[in-house]
Amino acid sequence: MDRRPTVTVHFDGVEHEAFVGESVLECARRLGIPIPSLCFLEGISVWGGCRVCVVEVAEDHRLRPACATTCVADMEIKTETPRLRAYRKSVLELLFAEGNHVCAVCVSNGACELQDMAVQTGMDHVRYDPQSPKRQIDASHPKYVFDPNRCILCTRCVRVCDEIEGAHVWDISYRGESAHLITEMNKPWGESMSCTWCGKCVAVCPTGALSYQGRAVGEMEHDPAMIKRLALARNRHEWLYPEEAK
Amino acid sequence: MSNTVIIDPVTRIEGHAKIAIELDDAGAVDSARFSVVEFRGFEEFCKGRPVWEMPSLTARTCGICPVSHLLASAKAGDAIMGVRIPSTAVKLRRVVNLGQFIQSHALSFFHLSSPDMLLGWDHDPATRNVFGVMSAEPELARRGIRLRGFGQRVLEAIAGRKVHSPGIVPGGIANPMTEEVRSEILAGLDEAQQTAEDALAIFISMIGKFEREINNFGLFPSLHLGLANDAGTWENYDGHLKFVDADGNVVADNVDPANYRELIGEATRRDSYLKSPYFKPMVAPGDNVNEGIYRVGPLARLNVCKTMGSPLADEALEAYRERAGGTANSSFFYHYARLIEILASTELMRVFVEDDSILDANVRATAGVNHRHAVGVSEAPRGTLFHDYSVDESGLLEDVNMIIATGQNNLPMNATVLQIAKEWVDGPEIPEGILNRIEAGIRAFDPCLSCSTHAVGKMPLDVTLLDHEGTVLSSVRRG
Repeated sequence: MDRRPTVTVHFDGVEHEAFVGESVLECARRLGIPIPSLCFLEGISVWGGCRVCVVEVAEDHRLRPACATTCVADMEIKTETPRLRAYRKSVLELLFAEGNHVCAVCVSNGACELQDMAVQTGMDHVRYDPQSPKRQIDASHPKYVFDPNRCILCTRCVRVCDEIEGAHVWDISYRGESAHLITEMNKPWGESMSCTWCGKCVAVCPTGALSYQGRAVGEMEHDPAMIKRLALARNRHEWLYPEEAK
Repeated sequence: MSNTVIIDPVTRIEGHAKIAIELDDAGAVDSARFSVVEFRGFEEFCKGRPVWEMPSLTARTCGICPVSHLLASAKAGDAIMGVRIPSTAVKLRRVVNLGQFIQSHALSFFHLSSPDMLLGWDHDPATRNVFGVMSAEPELARRGIRLRGFGQRVLEAIAGRKVHSPGIVPGGIANPMTEEVRSEILAGLDEAQQTAEDALAIFISMIGKFEREINNFGLFPSLHLGLANDAGTWENYDGHLKFVDADGNVVADNVDPANYRELIGEATRRDSYLKSPYFKPMVAPGDNVNEGIYRVGPLARLNVCKTMGSPLADEALEAYRERAGGTANSSFFYHYARLIEILASTELMRVFVEDDSILDANVRATAGVNHRHAVGVSEAPRGTLFHDYSVDESGLLEDVNMIIATGQNNLPMNATVLQIAKEWVDGPEIPEGILNRIEAGIRAFDPCLSCSTHAVGKMPLDVTLLDHEGTVLSSVRRG
C-alpha cells in the first residue's frame, strides 16, 4: 500500500487521486488513462521537448506537457480534445517534415514509436514542406549506426547514457534548427573512448536513428519490456533478469 | 519536304517514352528515335546510405521487378562483406527470382502484349487491352492473372512482401522457409506449370499469322548478352557474362561480372534520359555506338544458353530454335522466349522446393565491411542487371552505378522502331493500327523505363512528326 500523500485531480471530468509531486503523465499512466508521448521514458529525467504529451489544464489557455507538469490539488485536466488532437498531429507533421523519415526504407520500419504515433494520431500526410536535410551518417562504431536523418532530438540516448550507464557519450550540439546529436565532443562514435558499447542508447531510441550494424530495412526490434528494465531496474534493485530471479 | 512523326506517350509499357520518326522529302522513313523522358537520380541519392539498406532502397526503382534489384544489390552487399552465403540462401534467392520471372513475364504476356496477338493489331484500341482479352478469352485471361498471382505469392511467402520484399538482404535471406510455405508453393505449381504450357501452345498456334511481324519487329543482327554457367544451362541468378553474336558464335565468355566495364560502355544522348550501353571491344573511339549493339533479356538468354535445364522447357527450346533458325534475331521472339522461361521457371522451382535442404534454418551470413568495391549482378526478367557499389570503411555508399536491362536494350529498341516505321509508315499520316505496331515493337522488349532511367511515371506514348529542320508537323498523343 502506497502511503504517500495525495491530492484530488480531474481527468476529463472524472475525479482521481494523484500523489503529491507526481507528474500529470505519470499519474495518467498509473490510472490507465492514455496520453501519447515520445521523448518521455520512465526512469530517466524529464525532457519535455517533443510536445506530443500536451494536455489542457482548466483556465490556462496554454497547452502543457503532461510529462513536465506536476499534479496540484483540484487540477482539471483534459487529455483528449479536438484542439489537442490537432496540435499533436501538427507536432508529428513537423517532426516528419524536419528530418528524412521514409518508413519504407527505414531499419526500424514496423518497430518505430514515431511511426506508431503517426498512426495513433491519424497523421496520414504532412502539410509542411519537407526540409530534406543532408546529414552524414556515422557508421564508424563497430556495433552500432547513427543516422541523424532519422533523429527527432528526443534526447533519450543522451539521458540514458548519462543517467543510467554513467558514460555521457551523447550530447546535443548547436541550437535551433542546427541542433544535432554528437558523440564525445564531436568525434566519430567509433573513436569514442567513453562509450562502453552497452547499447542502451540504441535500445531506447524511438526511431531508426540508432540501430545495430548489419541490420537491413525493417530489421530493428525495440522491446518495451527491455527498455523499461534498462531504465528502472537499478531504482528497483532488480539485479537479476525475471527468469533468473525465479 | 521531310516530316517527323512523334509518338508520345508510348502505351502499355512500364514508364514514359516518346518516339520520333523522321520522313524524307519523298515521305519515306529516314530515321527513328526512341527517347525516355523521365529522370529520378537513384545513383545520386543512394550516396551516403549504408550498404545494408541498399537492397530495399534500390528496389524502389521498380514496382514490377523489384526482386531483380534486391538480388543484384544484396549480391553486391555479399561481396562487400566478402561472404559466401549459405547454400540454402542461394536456393531461396533462386526460387524468389523464378517467382519473379513468372509474375513479370505473365504480366508482359497476358496483360500487356496478348491483346495485340489475340485481338489483332488493328482492333479497336478502346478494348485492345487486358479487359478486352477478358471478354474474348475469359478463361485464358483468368489463368494468366492467376499465374501472375502465383509468382507474386512466392515472393510474398519467402521474402515477406509481393512488392519491395524486405527479406532479401546482404548475407542471404532474412527468414528460412517454413514447411507451410513449401507445401503452398508445391500445391500451386501444378496449375502454374499447366498455364505456362497452355500459353506456350496458344502462342505457337498463332505464330504462323505473325510472319510480317517476325520479319519486321526488330529482325537484325546483334550481339546477345546473358549470364551463363559452366553447365551451359539457362542461368538467371549467378555465373559469368557471356556474349554471343547473331550466329551464335561466342564473342566473350567466362567474364567475371565485376569486370563488366571492360566490355560495356555507356553512351548518352541529348534527347533521352536512357543511356545507351554498347559492347566496347567492337566500338573504336569515334565510331557509331551501334557497332556494339547487343540485346539482353529472354531472347538473349535463350541464345546464350545451351539448354534450359528442365525437360519440358528443353523440348520447347528445341522447337523455338528450329522456328528461329538457330540463334533468334527477331525481337518478336522475345514473346516466345518469355513463355519458355515461364515454363522453365515452374519446372526449376519444383526441383528446388522439393529438395528438403530448402528448409534449412541457416540462411544468413554476417560480416562487416571487408571490401570497398563490389559488383552485384542478376538476370532481371528484362535482362542482365548490374549494381556497382563503392563504399567507405564503414559501409556507407560513396559511388553507385546501376546498369539496367532496359537501358541495354536501348539501341535495339531504336533499331526496332526504325525497322517497323520503314515497313509500315507511308506518308505523314499514321493510322492507329500502325501506331500500335510501333508501340508493340517496343513492347516486345517488355521495357521498364522507370527502372532504366530510375525514373517515375506512367507509360503513355507520344509520336511526333517533324520535318528535316525539326519543325513539328503533327503529333499523336496517347496516355
